[in-house]
Amino acid sequence: MLAGEETGAEQIAMRILVAVAEALGARELLDISGAHIDSCLFHGMAGLDFAERLVAEGGRVAVPTTLNVTSLDLLHPELHRGDTEHAAEATRLVAAYEALGGRATWTCAPYQLEQRPAFGDQVAWGESNAIVFANSVLGARTERYGDFTDICAAITGRAPAAGLHLDAGRRGGIIFELVDVPDEVIASDALYPVLGHLIGYEAGQRVPVIVGLESATEDQLKALGAGAASSGAVAMFHAVGITPEAPTLEAALGGAAEVPTVTVTAEDLIRARDDLSTVPNGPLGAVALGTPHASAAELERVARLFGSHQVAATVECSINTGRDVLASSSAGDALLEAGVEIVTDTCTYLKPIMSVEPGQVMMTDSAKWAYYAPSNIGAQVVFGSTEDCVASAIAGEITRSDRWWDGN
Amino acid sequence: MATEQRVLLAGFAEGEALVLEAPISFWGGVDAASGDIIDQRHPQAGSSVAGRVLVMPHGKGSSSASSVLAECLRLGTGPAAIVLDHGDEILLAGALVAGELYDRACPIVVVPSIAEFESGRRYRVDADGVRSVV
Repeated sequence: MLAGEETGAEQIAMRILVAVAEALGARELLDISGAHIDSCLFHGMAGLDFAERLVAEGGRVAVPTTLNVTSLDLLHPELHRGDTEHAAEATRLVAAYEALGGRATWTCAPYQLEQRPAFGDQVAWGESNAIVFANSVLGARTERYGDFTDICAAITGRAPAAGLHLDAGRRGGIIFELVDVPDEVIASDALYPVLGHLIGYEAGQRVPVIVGLESATEDQLKALGAGAASSGAVAMFHAVGITPEAPTLEAALGGAAEVPTVTVTAEDLIRARDDLSTVPNGPLGAVALGTPHASAAELERVARLFGSHQVAATVECSINTGRDVLASSSAGDALLEAGVEIVTDTCTYLKPIMSVEPGQVMMTDSAKWAYYAPSNIGAQVVFGSTEDCVASAIAGEITRSDRWWDGN
Repeated sequence: MATEQRVLLAGFAEGEALVLEAPISFWGGVDAASGDIIDQRHPQAGSSVAGRVLVMPHGKGSSSASSVLAECLRLGTGPAAIVLDHGDEILLAGALVAGELYDRACPIVVVPSIAEFESGRRYRVDADGVRSVV
């Protein structure tokens, strides 16, 4: 398997893939039909050294491959506020992954692209929120791959036959049952990131099964999965009656017995919501929307919420989205007119993009952003619904309208 | 105990254990320049993983944890070894690449239970697994 006419890059990729397969307990590799690469985001010289080594050794992806966010906004380079040394290295990393044959999609939401995996497709995806969406919402099959394994799978066109690639790995292992949660909470968009944040802490490496949701949009499920994959290691969830492999609780459990049940009440949700904020309130410096990348529907919704209003002069408000989604959306002009900064190809919780004065707080509607921004950019974070984030951006101060958060 | 251990990545290491009460994502959780835990929500924020036998239930969070672990190992701020309750391919990939590029992999061992490990105690990792050093 390691010898023959293969390029040096194929040998490196296969060596790493076989080691990962053995660790996962896989007895064989299976063919994949696509890959999504997380490794193109710059984290230091190790990632760049590896990518450039693969290029130098003749590496080339064997399957259609999309590329995740970078640490740069390639369409709006004026937004980069970091040091130029890292910009140069991040640019080299981008060039290396393009040279390996990745498509310049630069999005953490590859499931919003026109071509996305179908139900049952075997793929190898990196990017924790994309992994959980592919498995849970699309019914495609990927393990929880990290940097390096993703590109090794893309170069070989193979992945370990283990874990979430197989039926047995996709069975629910812990039930989360919503009990006595008020209808207005169930109907709220903010429920989903908060519920995801709660589930991530409790689920461990098990596949959670959610009971008690009646319907949900893809954007809501995206927010749930991203939250669960940030506070925890969730790579797949079932929502009974909603996600494709969970028409019933029995189907989601796949015959597994003795599955523990965690009850989720309104009080639990309020606690999880509070855990997303590092401070209860404070002077508003910035509002961060679009993590994971906003869909076309989300761009339109935010534009509609602004209406004829503008972002307050004292506040910086940004929304992250993918360049393909932005190109297909008619909401871009309205957002710019409202004073919203549109960021593509990257995310505002990465160091060089947003900045606020010391003591100011940043508000977000994303559990994932709320989870990572404090350690990545030193932000004090207040979590709120999308409506409250927009209202706060307009008012120039933190505004709350959703009564259920107060436990009323 | 040793017979039930599973060596995901073989190697030799010895050091003081840092037993984490909760899993951590290296990306967004560990500063590669220092090895310090920077996840403010983590109960052991401020502790350093550098040179320690890092014991935790499993990995979590970002796919980028592989890159950050590899960068820690390149810079010498990474753990001497990693001991887990459950296998984690994201951490494994980071260690494999540090071995491939710089010959600086850290061994990774999966044990039946991390409950018996104590922070501050010395442990040795070799091809057979991990054991405490008296």
